[in-house]
Amino acid sequence: MRVRVDDDSCHGHQSCAIAAPEVFGADDYGNAVVLITGDIPDEFQAKVRRAEGNCPERAIVIED
Amino acid sequence: MTSIDPLNDFDIFDLGFVRDPFTTMDEIRESGCPIAHTERWGGSWFPTRYDDVVAMAQEHDLFTSREIIVVPPADPSNEGPYADVAAPPITSDPPEHHWHRRLILPFFSPQSVATFEDGTRELCNRLIDGFIESGQADAAADYAQQIPVRVIAAMLGVPADLSDTFTGWVRGVLETGLTNPEVRLEARLNILRYFEAQIADRKESPRENDLITTLLNAEVDGERVPESYVLGVCNLMLVAGVDTTWSAIGASLWHLAQHPEHCRQLVENPDLWSSAIEELLRAYAPVTMARIVDHDIEFQGCPMHAGDRVLMSFPAANRDPRQFENPDEVILDRERNRHVAFGAGIHRCAGSNLARLELRVALQTWLSRIPEFSLVDPESVTWAGGQVRGPRQCKVAF
Repeated sequence: MRVRVDDDSCHGHQSCAIAAPEVFGADDYGNAVVLITGDIPDEFQAKVRRAEGNCPERAIVIED
Repeated sequence: MTSIDPLNDFDIFDLGFVRDPFTTMDEIRESGCPIAHTERWGGSWFPTRYDDVVAMAQEHDLFTSREIIVVPPADPSNEGPYADVAAPPITSDPPEHHWHRRLILPFFSPQSVATFEDGTRELCNRLIDGFIESGQADAAADYAQQIPVRVIAAMLGVPADLSDTFTGWVRGVLETGLTNPEVRLEARLNILRYFEAQIADRKESPRENDLITTLLNAEVDGERVPESYVLGVCNLMLVAGVDTTWSAIGASLWHLAQHPEHCRQLVENPDLWSSAIEELLRAYAPVTMARIVDHDIEFQGCPMHAGDRVLMSFPAANRDPRQFENPDEVILDRERNRHVAFGAGIHRCAGSNLARLELRVALQTWLSRIPEFSLVDPESVTWAGGQVRGPRQCKVAF
């Protein structure tokens, strides 16, 4: 699993970082950044799916 | 429950609606006409479905933020030198919105607001010290109401001992003044005069690590930003940062007072907090923002005209069963929760990270000291409503 954030859609809700703080963080303006750019370790994959399901802007893109 | 026709004559200030807005929202949402219209208070549209509210929030060119309060303001000529002072970026539209917002976002990033956590916890503990021996308290007036105003005062670098004055002004704008333009004007002028003096003070004696000083020195395209912008930001932070978060804290305590099983789960399983805060924000979203329609358009079958007001009911969107399973149930570990308590699109609440921090710290501190508590009398709880909904008196015993 890989994950990215669509920067045009992200408006900095930080819902992803709340659901998966190991995988998502914030830049200086509070917009989402992905902290793990390669394959997502198994132990974080459920959290990444939760992050995707909590983003009001649907800005989280999961690539299995 | 209100006896008026919700589809054509709803009234967000009706006392029945303030006490229980959800029955009316459900009725509108499940009717053939999920975007209701009323002639009350100058007229407004009221979308209740999640997809409609989010689409409107994201269509910021069509649903503009020229005005964000449902009742039209008093004649701006009464405002004298302050007629041009708005509340950027919440009242801004593109292209200015971009820099209006970008200058303040760094103060509200998760990293920045984390510096307020220890002070907020100390404040919460001090408040609880004041009533814990008595075995009862007003969770809204003695606790929730006291927290955000002091955090915002600290952030703005103004004295916390004026908290009660600030609270009075904010209520003048958002509660009593919402339906009374004269009251709103007076409260607004008090706020603007106060912060104008604060700005003069910072120009005289600049401070280190100070929000107002930093904004006064900020440049956009090589030019200092206008002072009216800085004054507008101070206005926004006070007005938007106090009533709203206080309402969320109060409503959450009102909920927990009636759900001892949720209190137990949170005490026993601290991992629940992150999803629980989001779920309480979903279920008790305090804020409804207004928008102004830019040009004539048919939206979801509704003939909207340029200048029409739209009430972005984030609370109604958050209870839409098309988006949320069992929307009226608080499920602390809800898996899918795309709630819009903080809005959506370019006007997502700039203070959302601070609001979450305050809500979490306020509830954690309360439950660590008062793990079991209940409402003294459910009927005696009073609510404020309109565009910011939350309990104003909420007596609890423990």
